Amino acid sequence: MSRTLQAPVTVAFDYTRSTGPVVGRFLSGLRDGVVVGGRTSAGEVVVPPLEFDPVTHEATTEFVEVSSVGTVTSWTWVPEPVKGQPFDRPFAFALVTLDGADVPLLHALDVSSPAEVSSGMRVRVRWAAERFGHINDIACFEPLAPGETEAAAPVAASSEPVTGVVTTVSLDYNYAASPEESLFYRGLNEGRIMGQRCPTCEKVYVPPRSACPADGTPTEEEVELSQTGTITTFCIVNVPFLGQKITPPYVSAYVLLDGADIAVLHLILGVPADEVRMGMRVKAVWKPKDEWAYSLENIDHFAPTGDPDAEFDTYKQHL
Amino acid sequence: MRDVAVVGFAQRQMPQFDGSPTCVELLVPVFKELYEQTGWTRRDVGFWCSGSSDYLAGRSFSFVQAVDAIGVIPPVNESHVEMDLAWAMYEAWIKIQTGEVDTALVYAFGKSSAGVLRRTLALQLEPYTMTPLWPDTVSLAGLQARAGIDAGIWDERAMAEVANRSLTDAEKNEYAIRKGGSSVDELLARTMYADPLRKHDCAPVTDGVAALVLAAGDKAREVRERPAWLTGISHYVDPMGMGVRDLTRSPSAQRAGAALDLGGVEVAELHAPFSHQELILRKELGLGDDVAINPSGGALASNPMFSAGGIRVGEAATRIWSGEADKTLAHATSGPALQQNLVCTLSGSTEGKNN
Repeated sequence: MSRTLQAPVTVAFDYTRSTGPVVGRFLSGLRDGVVVGGRTSAGEVVVPPLEFDPVTHEATTEFVEVSSVGTVTSWTWVPEPVKGQPFDRPFAFALVTLDGADVPLLHALDVSSPAEVSSGMRVRVRWAAERFGHINDIACFEPLAPGETEAAAPVAASSEPVTGVVTTVSLDYNYAASPEESLFYRGLNEGRIMGQRCPTCEKVYVPPRSACPADGTPTEEEVELSQTGTITTFCIVNVPFLGQKITPPYVSAYVLLDGADIAVLHLILGVPADEVRMGMRVKAVWKPKDEWAYSLENIDHFAPTGDPDAEFDTYKQHL
Repeated sequence: MRDVAVVGFAQRQMPQFDGSPTCVELLVPVFKELYEQTGWTRRDVGFWCSGSSDYLAGRSFSFVQAVDAIGVIPPVNESHVEMDLAWAMYEAWIKIQTGEVDTALVYAFGKSSAGVLRRTLALQLEPYTMTPLWPDTVSLAGLQARAGIDAGIWDERAMAEVANRSLTDAEKNEYAIRKGGSSVDELLARTMYADPLRKHDCAPVTDGVAALVLAAGDKAREVRERPAWLTGISHYVDPMGMGVRDLTRSPSAQRAGAALDLGGVEVAELHAPFSHQELILRKELGLGDDVAINPSGGALASNPMFSAGGIRVGEAATRIWSGEADKTLAHATSGPALQQNLVCTLSGSTEGKNN
């Protein structure tokens, strides 16, 4: 058995950004099949244009169309491309100074081996078939054969100025639980609720943590908790939301398991929502065993035991 | 300005940590080690500051989880930077300068191996024209290395010399995860990886945590006979775009160094995750052949994200505590191709302070 539970996790988000006038001008140009640079106070043409001048700090206002043909000023081989790069096979990243520009632009260069690329080589923009105002409107650079000129850009779909871009970010992780979290989830997979006791303040944490947040002491002593507890506080969910699994109204409550010092948040069923109250005694109701996984969802819900309510004094420290 | 010294340092480094990316499990023993070094309890620490990134952890608010390792009843004075430990130290140094606190413990953690590190780091780039291409860290460093080779400023042999010295020195560092020098010729005979970089030119992906303790004046003298006084600290940043600066140089590193008195530095711990970057830094900081560079092995031997810059400070401080050196330098970098740089000097005495 490995020390910790591990599982793949993907975190993804589409970042939507407004471009402002300078980046918007550059991206509008790409959409239209033209590379646009900005002139600095020193007279240099910079691609992509800088929003503000590096010396005077004034906003860039002078735009210059440069060639889509240029010269490689530096390059590196990419033997093992990562997800999202312009190619999923080995390629080169290059810095290319376009004719009419004074500084290079970073992009991919479509060559099949390092032997096919060198600093000083002439290249041209290969335009993406569909362009909508994004750095990937340049599909890549490609070597320029003798006699060749700029590649034609297919006609763009729109002529409205580009004011925003969407960048999809998706990151893959192998997520590991801590040893204490692993204990907790392995316990659930066996129908048990496991916590740990802090050796300093004697508080029992469920789920257990790597250190007692009050003392900073590792909580080493394992404690199997009762499946019965007390509702310390609760709320009645009346508002529908995306992804909701239960029809409102229902009750979400903090349940302080007997022997624990931290309440766990769970669903209360088996009683009308308006009859749920602080101090109510409840017990864990498990899903059928063949549905168990390493998850708190193995406990389907908590339901009233029918026992008399707990005295307020027994849980007032846990509110 | 108040006299502030580094009086504690602890670290853990490994190729692959199998625990939670909040790294509480690693931070607890590191803090314990620092309580032993200082004779303090957590109550003696006036200010806490951590460095980490949720992008690395793959979960939100990992730095809040990490606070468990401190124990926060009663509440503590705490802050966080989405930066390397060295910048967390900078924040703590300022906090001490304000007079609000006399002591600080700064820490950083990162599980680089949880994702694809060189890809994740594309998120620190300009988001309109760079990040969508996912330029990985190794590629950006490769462009920089090529620029210097093409310009005749360094060559593959000079890069291999850096790697060979680092891996040889790393043999004495129990925390280094890649070690064992051979010879420059042997390194040059190895296969090219991301041409012009071989794998030994690139820092290994490293998981880990590190922490430093700072104290002012007599508080520092109570902890160590010979505190490592922070006699100067300075940091600058260059433009993010790869096209708008001379990649063979690091103007921000030069400027950070020029703000300090680097005369008499005996040992320099430079945070150079790629071999050619050490060559740039040595030149920008004007470090001569009489300065011992990275006796710890440096970042080519292990480079835990969010700790590695601060580890340079710890290594430089250790050599002051031991009396091995009277004046040392530590450098930390962040961003693509040495974009952002922090330089500090540490000394056995408070004479000749810059700050």
